[in-house]
Amino acid sequence: MSDAALDTPARVALPWRRDWAPGLLILGWPTLVLLGAFAIPALLLLRVGFANHDASGLWSGGLTLKPYAAVLEPVTGGALKVSIGLALACAAICVVAGFPLTYAITRMGRQAQVAWLVLLLATLTLSEVLITFSWQVMLSKRVGLSTVFVWLGWMDEPDSLSPSVGAVVACLVYLVLPFTVLTLYPGLSRLDRDLVQAARTLGATPARAFLTIVIPATRGPIVSAFVLASVLTIGSYVAPLVLGRPQDWTLAILIARTALSGQDMPSAVALAMLLLVTTVGLVLLAARFGRSRLERA
Amino acid sequence: MSLVGRGLELRGVGKSYAGARAVDDVSLSVGTGEFVCFLGPSGCGKTTLLRMIAGLETPDAGRILFGGRDVTNMPVHERNFAMVFQALALFPHLSVAGNIGYSLRIRGMDARSRDTRVAGLLDMIRLPGIGARPVSSLSGGQRQRVAIARALAQEPALFLLDEPLSALDAKLRDHMQVELRQLQQALKVTTILVTHDQREAMTIADTIVVMGDGRVQQVGPPLDIYRTPVNRFVAGFIGQTNFFDAEVMGAGMVRVGGQAFAVTKMPPAAPGERVTLSVRPEHVRLMPGSQDGALDGRVTFVRDLGTTVEVHLDCDGQTIVGSLPPTDWRPLPGDGRVRVGLTADGCTVLLN
Repeated sequence: MSDAALDTPARVALPWRRDWAPGLLILGWPTLVLLGAFAIPALLLLRVGFANHDASGLWSGGLTLKPYAAVLEPVTGGALKVSIGLALACAAICVVAGFPLTYAITRMGRQAQVAWLVLLLATLTLSEVLITFSWQVMLSKRVGLSTVFVWLGWMDEPDSLSPSVGAVVACLVYLVLPFTVLTLYPGLSRLDRDLVQAARTLGATPARAFLTIVIPATRGPIVSAFVLASVLTIGSYVAPLVLGRPQDWTLAILIARTALSGQDMPSAVALAMLLLVTTVGLVLLAARFGRSRLERA
Repeated sequence: MSLVGRGLELRGVGKSYAGARAVDDVSLSVGTGEFVCFLGPSGCGKTTLLRMIAGLETPDAGRILFGGRDVTNMPVHERNFAMVFQALALFPHLSVAGNIGYSLRIRGMDARSRDTRVAGLLDMIRLPGIGARPVSSLSGGQRQRVAIARALAQEPALFLLDEPLSALDAKLRDHMQVELRQLQQALKVTTILVTHDQREAMTIADTIVVMGDGRVQQVGPPLDIYRTPVNRFVAGFIGQTNFFDAEVMGAGMVRVGGQAFAVTKMPPAAPGERVTLSVRPEHVRLMPGSQDGALDGRVTFVRDLGTTVEVHLDCDGQTIVGSLPPTDWRPLPGDGRVRVGLTADGCTVLLN
């Protein structure tokens, strides 16, 4: 047996080095990335929002509140309403459709679960633009879904189903549903199966057990999935542009038109700030609802 | 004592999983107000049987009757059989009162009567005033009691418990066993508890159903099962025992290792038939000298447990365990050779 003191490395009194060096290394890199990729561009954007409009160079120097006049225009309010409405509708549909789907997946065998998750992930590899144009074809008059509907007797004659709000919503739900399922999946698969059986022995029908136990016990994942789906859709651009009527155009489309066709970068930035503030507000509101609250008897 | 058709009755109940027989042809009746333990090693089918009674599994064969009615295919929620789960399955999003009152809310009881009832149940489990707390803030023993109170709130016709005490530490488990027994006697509710702990079954039950390999091996009061096990499985599973290969000599006599031993009880067996002799450690005697009716043995190991002394013996290559009162034990001189006797009323003859 060797002397224990020989086995222990000499402890040099360098507390700063021992305690701080690994932390700095671990946190330093992400801090740099966040600063470089997010903070600095965001600050630049904020700056442009208070700049004067210059049609030739997109923006010029000086400080002014004039761009924020764009926020107050009626057309902006309309587009914002469309954005929020679309986001909330899509998030609601995704959660309502995705929850039973995810619940069913978590109850399958291991291999079936993997197959479903891979299938859902596979849809994410398709580009948003490709999906949007596919929907346009699918909803067209000559080869689209309407011919199937006519065959089923739901429609009298084939018709083009886009542009319409329904077309936009359908496409956005298709795009976001995989994210919803993947967000719900961990929480639902962790749910103790005995809970439902316990509720059943206490007198609950399967439907009652689902409503009173499964849904409340997975409130957190449900709120997360709803927030994620609405955040992903509130800035939607391609789907409403391609599949929507002009009155279905979102704030994102308005921002793009202001910046590109209008050559007015400061006003576009002001509108983008409005979208940012709305999104953050929505998330905070959802977080309040999501906070777990104990139900009394 | 039990009224015919009032209690629970199983007739030839069976269940297979992927071709393997989990529960095989179980017939059993449980009288009203009785406390029954399903006792067996893990994988013996006891939990599956309990879940079939609860309605959480459907039997492949046989019928389950309760109070004279066939409940084999009755949906779980219509049975009014309460169950305490092994992992308790308390609802994490509900308070203690919300958990206990769940069955009452399902049955449409108004909030005020529900509160009174829940308060009464909290008094019964001796945890008054914790109704508003979240279940996550409770200790293991408290959660246990809340789970029991939740199950009893609906005044169940049958109270089922699936190893509910196995997660508790030994001391708390002993305490909860006594408490559960007292509660059951006060409420006179027909109760079935599943356990793999023979000590628990012995302390708590009116009747023990020993299960092995998906079958019922023996049914009876705890002491009967301990004293007169019907087969090698039961003798080996309940308590500690020594097995000897023996041969029937005639009425009340068997031969073990060339020596004749008297036995008090003898099942119907012809002379010359091979049988197994089961002898509990407390019926093993150590004797000096070279008497007849005893085996040659050598002490290999001694464990003094204070209340008893456990002596491990080597008898012709077989290890025998004897337990003696400390007053009978004195260290042996020399090489530890002794004569090993077996008391006649402590020998159980098991047919092979």
